[in-house]
Amino acid sequence: MIGLWNRAGPLIRRLIVIWLVVSAITSPILYFLLGPHLPPFGMSDVSGFQAFDNAVMVSIVDPVIVFLVVFFGYALVNFRHHRGSAALEDGPPLRGDGRTIALWITVTGLMVGFLAGWGSYELWPGEHGAGGGQAPNPITLAVPASASTALQVQVIGEQWAWTFRFPAYGGVETTDLELPVNQTIEFHVTSIDVIHSFWAYELGVKADAVPGTENIAFVEPLQTGGFSIRCAELCGLWHGHMSTTGHVVSNSAFQTWITGQEAQWAPATKQLDPYSPVYHEQPEYRAG
Amino acid sequence: MTAVAAEPLTTGGGFYARRHFPGQDLVIAVAMGIIGFVVGSAVIGATISGGLAYTATSDQSDVDFVLGCLFGVGAFLAGLGFFGYPLRRMLGHRVEHHEVDTGGVERYFRLCTDHKVVGIQYLVGVLFFFFVAGLNAMFMRTQLLFPTETVVSANQYVSLVSLHGTMMMQMMSAVIIGPLGNYLVPIMLGAKRMAFPRLEALSFWLVPAASFILLSSLALGGFPTGWTGYASLADQAKIGMDCYLLSFALIAIALAIVGFNMIATILTMRAPGLSWGRLPIFVWATFATGFLMLLAAPVLVVTMTLVLLDRTAGTSFFLTSGGGTPYLYENLFWVFGHPEVYILALPGFGVVLEIICVFARKPLWGYPLAVAAMLGVSLLSFFVWQHHLFVSGINANLRPFFMLTTEMISIPTGFIFLNAIGTLWRGKIRYTVPMLFSLALFFNFFIGGVSGVFNSDAPSDVTTHGSFFVVGHFHYTIMGGLVFAFFAGIYYWFPKFTGVMLNETLGKIQFWLFFVAFNSTFFPFLIVGFLGQPRRVSAYDPQLQGLNDWITASAYCIGISMLVFIANLVYSLVFRREVAEENPWQSKSIEWMLPSPVPRENFETTPRIVAGPYGYGVKDAPPVAILGPVIPAVVGK
Repeated sequence: MIGLWNRAGPLIRRLIVIWLVVSAITSPILYFLLGPHLPPFGMSDVSGFQAFDNAVMVSIVDPVIVFLVVFFGYALVNFRHHRGSAALEDGPPLRGDGRTIALWITVTGLMVGFLAGWGSYELWPGEHGAGGGQAPNPITLAVPASASTALQVQVIGEQWAWTFRFPAYGGVETTDLELPVNQTIEFHVTSIDVIHSFWAYELGVKADAVPGTENIAFVEPLQTGGFSIRCAELCGLWHGHMSTTGHVVSNSAFQTWITGQEAQWAPATKQLDPYSPVYHEQPEYRAG
Repeated sequence: MTAVAAEPLTTGGGFYARRHFPGQDLVIAVAMGIIGFVVGSAVIGATISGGLAYTATSDQSDVDFVLGCLFGVGAFLAGLGFFGYPLRRMLGHRVEHHEVDTGGVERYFRLCTDHKVVGIQYLVGVLFFFFVAGLNAMFMRTQLLFPTETVVSANQYVSLVSLHGTMMMQMMSAVIIGPLGNYLVPIMLGAKRMAFPRLEALSFWLVPAASFILLSSLALGGFPTGWTGYASLADQAKIGMDCYLLSFALIAIALAIVGFNMIATILTMRAPGLSWGRLPIFVWATFATGFLMLLAAPVLVVTMTLVLLDRTAGTSFFLTSGGGTPYLYENLFWVFGHPEVYILALPGFGVVLEIICVFARKPLWGYPLAVAAMLGVSLLSFFVWQHHLFVSGINANLRPFFMLTTEMISIPTGFIFLNAIGTLWRGKIRYTVPMLFSLALFFNFFIGGVSGVFNSDAPSDVTTHGSFFVVGHFHYTIMGGLVFAFFAGIYYWFPKFTGVMLNETLGKIQFWLFFVAFNSTFFPFLIVGFLGQPRRVSAYDPQLQGLNDWITASAYCIGISMLVFIANLVYSLVFRREVAEENPWQSKSIEWMLPSPVPRENFETTPRIVAGPYGYGVKDAPPVAILGPVIPAVVGK
């Protein structure tokens, strides 16, 4: 390392110093100025972890950007062929340098190792993970402790609407979604026709709705307010319209709303099958 | 009669002993294709499907259509003469190898085993596809000026999206290896042809067949699945879906053929003295890509076949109702799909590294590192596919592994950047049009790589997956990388192909317009995606209309830059015809030691390679090859 530094020559040493200084300044600036404005904005615990993850990654990527700008920029500006000179000159026949290559591999390898380690670690901060769409802990797949008190919400995708079902409230099905604040929610996402993807943007939840499968996502909303729900997997003609707005409300407001829904949809709820995690589509033959 | 005439090196493409009118082969082939379709669909298909009860309730007959297309393609290839040679051999006839070399334009419209003709055929095909698919994109962007369906209907929009993506992915798979690979690799090896010239011709002629089938989906109501064709939606779709499945399967067959042809050629056809360490880096890139094509494309053939069986024969590989699962499709598709994106990228790296050496007047810095990068990327690309499925509900344990492998790919990709910096360092850089396009690749691909970090990170991917962010990311890598490399290669080797220079001024106008408009289009993609706009939507959040309108305006400028390119082609090729100097870029590569355009059999005698490529800055460096009759001709012995 020191040998390489000594052999590098004043130009490269100067550029390296510039790179380190600029990175040391810009990276924290990005973290502190841009970081708080990065999606998905932290409306839930999961969403907050993801926003933090994004902020960290922006500040890690920054030195790489600066490195390439400094070195490419310097080379492109200074190592030009001058139009005045008629004869075509060649550059020096440098064919590579083992120690530079070794250093490059080491540094990029460390960065990649850090990113992968960091990303894996970030999958399970807090209780519900930051993955959104799967079990929180990527190693043990442990069910969070709050799961026993979690509010189950089944999300059923179909072309081209979302239906939400609350097993704890008699299996009432609604087309609007309201969730109580500070309460662990356990989404069970499935589909009755083609693949959809349940994307509650501000909540930091995205879980594919795959026919015949139950995709579980845990989330705990921390703020009241509206959040947008979209379909994030092409599902045919009206894919772009498969969106709605959900609301995180206070616990009492949720109770009022869900009781009203129960009463309103009671005749329909009676007709429904008991709660089952997966809706099976009818066998369908379309051949020939 | 000399010994050489008895066993010419090119095996003949002359299926028809006499040609009565120009374009005869193609006319006969198309006629036979139509007859084949009619026989396959109306006779055989109707007979088969007529006996099946459940087909009676269907409004369209997939069985008829699929069989019609398969017979049509077979008959089309037979009409071109692909089966004549093997059939005659099988029947024990003596086969004449003579190719009727008519020269001129005519040979581009028939089975021709000259690798240079195939290269030009590919070039025209690629450009046609690129512009048609690009026009689709223009229509899509026009619709996205408005947050609800205003210009086109939802059905037209989803068809446009699907056709744009599919055409680009199909044709762009061969955008560099088709034209540049076929034309240049044998020359760079000092060979007169590819290892399997007939298969090389077949790999091209499958493409027009596939593209005709794909484009006919427009007349059949389109297909709604995007280029990924996810099952369950694909099972539900109407007959246009079969066009997607058939054409993608045919293209995949072509890709596999190109792959093993390249590998075989590079393994066996190198001129004396061309050791592995002396291969031009572009040849290494095609070699690595060859393995990707050979190993990944067959998976796609199988996948498409399985969906076709689900749709026609009543199987249930991907239908939940019959015990199948859409996850199987997702996994199979991406096992092909992720190596596919490196099938796109690697030849582009090869092209720009070649060009940077020439215009920096320096040898390639870190040649072994570049080779390691190509091989490393191809190896790793087979182990990353589930990063497309982070939120799909796959086993959550797998996420850290696929996050690691995905991010590891940036290590070999980073090698290419180090190669570029090292090569530029203390060089004598000339900013010609090919050089500008090559340098732009590094800028664009870098943004593509950085955005890829956010996709590869599972927590961050929750936001970016399935959003415009992903669309921005892969346009930065594929369009910003591959298409820029393609244009670099075209401007650089056009004089070699045609003997005519492309105009530099128009080239610079095109470059700057394209480069600025490209970034102005696709950087906002990253932003609107991060702000929550899903991809492939014909309607979006009205709050994002401002950004979308900006994107559309920029996209139109990309369209204009393409018009500048077409104008340049026409102007340079038809009107100006500035005859290229023998070696207009003062390159030291072997292809520039030959006349332009390259003569029929490339080299009069087998060349002897005496030095590695890129001898820039070396005093009294010998030319890479000795072309003259230094060694006695081994031909015909």
